[in-house]
Amino acid sequence: MGRIQLKQVKKSFGDVTVIPPLDLTIEDGEFTVFVGPSGCGKSTLLRLIAGLEDTSDGVIEIDGKDATSLPPAKRSLAMVFQSYALYPHMTVRKNIAFPMKMAGVDKAEQDRRIEAAAKALNLADYLDRRPGQLSGGQRQRVAIGRAIVREPAAFLFDEPLSNLDAALRVGMRMEISELHKKLDTTMIYVTHDQVEAMTMADKIVVLQAGVIEQVGSPLELYRTPRNKFVAGFIGSPKMNFLEGPEAAKHDAHTIGIRPEHVEVSTTEGLWQGKVGVAEHLGSDTFIHVHGVPGCDPMTVRVGGEIPVHHGDTIFLNPNLEHLHRFDAEGLRIQ
Amino acid sequence: MARAVTTQRKAINTAFAWGVGLLIFFPILWTILTSFKTEAQAISDPPVFLFFDWTLENYAAVQERSNYARFLWNSIIIAVGSTILGTIIAVPAAWSMAFVPSKRTKDILLWMLSTKMLPAVGVLYPIYLLFIRLGWLDTQIGLVLVLMLINLPIIVWMLYTYFREIPGEILEAARMDGASLKDEIIYVLTPMAVPGIASTILLNIILAWNEAFWTLNLTAANAAPLTAFIASYSSPEGLFYAKLSAASVMAIAPILIMGWFSQKQLVRGLTFGAVK
Repeated sequence: MGRIQLKQVKKSFGDVTVIPPLDLTIEDGEFTVFVGPSGCGKSTLLRLIAGLEDTSDGVIEIDGKDATSLPPAKRSLAMVFQSYALYPHMTVRKNIAFPMKMAGVDKAEQDRRIEAAAKALNLADYLDRRPGQLSGGQRQRVAIGRAIVREPAAFLFDEPLSNLDAALRVGMRMEISELHKKLDTTMIYVTHDQVEAMTMADKIVVLQAGVIEQVGSPLELYRTPRNKFVAGFIGSPKMNFLEGPEAAKHDAHTIGIRPEHVEVSTTEGLWQGKVGVAEHLGSDTFIHVHGVPGCDPMTVRVGGEIPVHHGDTIFLNPNLEHLHRFDAEGLRIQ
Repeated sequence: MARAVTTQRKAINTAFAWGVGLLIFFPILWTILTSFKTEAQAISDPPVFLFFDWTLENYAAVQERSNYARFLWNSIIIAVGSTILGTIIAVPAAWSMAFVPSKRTKDILLWMLSTKMLPAVGVLYPIYLLFIRLGWLDTQIGLVLVLMLINLPIIVWMLYTYFREIPGEILEAARMDGASLKDEIIYVLTPMAVPGIASTILLNIILAWNEAFWTLNLTAANAAPLTAFIASYSSPEGLFYAKLSAASVMAIAPILIMGWFSQKQLVRGLTFGAVK
């Protein structure tokens, strides 16, 4: 079981409030991702749940029990840190065994769980090595192994993949998702990478300046962002925003259209512009178009390859079904 | 050509470093040489450097006159005892300063160090009176305690610098893994800080071993360590330089040998954690 509830949780450092009172419920077994730009308070929120920081106000409940003033060790949560935070003087086996040793699990059971974790995480050959002798990906797996063996109520991940190279990151992302499916345990995952959030989460919590901007499934956030911030943060490349007469035509202060919802034509279209930089990825082409009124440059995404060059004039047709409208405060107009 | 200049500069640097090293070592060398001279040669003018009649008579005389083993034993008890006691107190203190600093932590550290800025003789009188009252004069326990207190600021400072190098996330990981504060210090912090703790202990054993002010003032016969042993060979009249030198060599030999074998740790200790 691992249902976590935050009620009016607040955090200040001295006079600076980093998290104004906030409510959030994470259901048992859910994969929740906290996402936001750096400094948005997502890591602080995770550390409050972990008990590594004290709340300034409010209540944190884990499985219905008040855990607000419990020390980290008593919350039955396991955490995977950005720096892995392995014990450098212990072998992999001892690292993984440490939480069980602290919990007083008997030796035979410890060995059984270590073997199981090592097998699941491909660490069987490395059990007698020290963290210093392992690669980044292997260290990350040891950190996960150390978290698994505790059989915690929930896992907390603090930007666990940001120290890995791109290829490894994609692999580990899949492994963590697999692990979640297998264990069916609550996981809270902090990242600034919206791609990680979109691919892994059951539920995404978008944060900005300590405030929850929106909570929802990845596709909810993609389709119906509650405000301009979420609209711009979720999706890659970013949504294009247009202000002025173009927006007024749709009774909005700002309109937003995602790069993938704009069609490109060389002959006719609603908007006209000149090609700036074109990024050819093979599978897609991202074109930065200059001269569209109210949005400069506008990014459009074209499937496959398209023969456009710097300075070419092209026409753009937005798919109006996917147009997002926002008012002067940046809130979505339904 | 650039290469040639570098080599030349390197040679100059090496020669200079050796020069400084020998200059610093010279008094010790002279003491060792003097200990093998006769009393007359020890004060001969001009001094003889190597070409004298080597003799062991001073060592024999010192052995005969005083009980070296007892002084040595006192030195070991006082140096090792005060260091171990100090370390046991300093580890938790340095832990709290390094990992849960408060607004005043820096001030406390500085205040602790400021106690070293007062000449020891400034507090001799009150401490002497306290020792009389407590019956600690000329006892090992009294000296262990006083030297522990004197070196405590240095031990705390050194450990504090080492602990600061340990990433806080690892201790947080231990807390998440269910470790209590005690477990965290025993299983995670201390093993990771072993090199730092070792050099702190070594340096403080040396400091306590060589401490002369308190050991001379607070002991007479029972608890006197090797510093008192050396001092007993200094006298206002008669020839005593050679015997004094022999006593000095006997007093510093154990610590010199220990220092020689633990050079690497010591250098790390003396640079106060600045060199990784």
